[in-house]
Amino acid sequence: MIADLANPERFERFVKPFWLTASALAVILLALGFYFGLFHSPADYQQGDTVRIMYVHVPAAMMSMACYTAMAVASIVGFVWKHPLADVAAKASAPIGAVFTALALVTGSLWGKPMWGAWWVWDARLTSELILFFIYIGYIAIWEAVDDKIRAARLAAIVAIVGFVNIPIIKFSVDWWNSLHQGESIFRRGGPTIDGSMLLPLFLMIGAYMMVYAALLVPAMKNELSARRIARLERMGGVSGVRPE
Amino acid sequence: MTRKQKRGVFIGFIFAAAALGVFAVLASLNSAIAYFYTPSDLQKLAKPPAGVIRLGGLVKQGSVAYPGGSTTVQFVVADKFAQTRVTYNGILPDLFREGQGVVVEGKLEPDGSVEASQVLAKHDEKYMPKELADALKKQGVWQEKNAPHS
Repeated sequence: MIADLANPERFERFVKPFWLTASALAVILLALGFYFGLFHSPADYQQGDTVRIMYVHVPAAMMSMACYTAMAVASIVGFVWKHPLADVAAKASAPIGAVFTALALVTGSLWGKPMWGAWWVWDARLTSELILFFIYIGYIAIWEAVDDKIRAARLAAIVAIVGFVNIPIIKFSVDWWNSLHQGESIFRRGGPTIDGSMLLPLFLMIGAYMMVYAALLVPAMKNELSARRIARLERMGGVSGVRPE
Repeated sequence: MTRKQKRGVFIGFIFAAAALGVFAVLASLNSAIAYFYTPSDLQKLAKPPAGVIRLGGLVKQGSVAYPGGSTTVQFVVADKFAQTRVTYNGILPDLFREGQGVVVEGKLEPDGSVEASQVLAKHDEKYMPKELADALKKQGVWQEKNAPHS
């Protein structure tokens, strides 16, 4: 099925039902996640109601890394196999991932002030996540800066793949070095250290964020394909004047 | 080699070189990336670090005192093997209590204690409802090692 979608026309036929499904799921999961997260889950024994920031922070941080991983994989496929949709997918992922990263940084900061006593510290986890944000911005800047889109795709892919070095550093920073940020709570040996009543809203929100990503990614890819088609037609002189630039 | 294979090898080589470079940098910066020393780290150092340091550990049970009824607080930061005395005059974070993980920033004094300019609370990875924590304490199954900062 994925191979069939390599054809941009088939891809465009697939976009609408996929987008509708993902958007509907995103709305439902977000509504449920916020309901359980804000009204139907307990306050933490230490953090009180501040624990609820976790339900927007943790999924944002996870998606900041998941988006980047998707971008790096798409970049490899695009760079090596020249798959026609791969660099479109990578390019479309970047702004979404950058927003997830910014959200993780901001919500983390809002949690850090009341809990730690500081908005920001330069420990390994926070610093590597901030670097991830800069890598996203750099990646987006390359697409904007290089006019020849084939060259831009190649350069951007190299940046995305090299930048992937940072992802395991973020993930394991709390194990490799002393950090102020707490360690892993969910995927750890011996099971999660989060009470079940708090895991429910957390997992709902993780699902919601994934659907938000899907619902934003596919139309962004479609727009990119349309923009490329317009650029191609303009070069051929077919529709000069359609985009007054 | 086909062009596809060449591209694959090229990108693999670039990634490996970058990963190796980053690894070398991180390995050589290892102690500088660590956010704090533990009391045993401090003890192991041949020469005490000059200037501002950060010290992390648990606030020792029963060690918090306000000598002379002043706002200056004294407590002991401990890990499994060593402990360090800390003096601090300022606002403590809400989570600060005995048994709590903290990171204090300050100057290492000649006598081995730390004159703190900032105290941060370190939250751990445990999340549970207050009711459950209370119930566990009531039943007497609350263990300090399960909840190092109750």
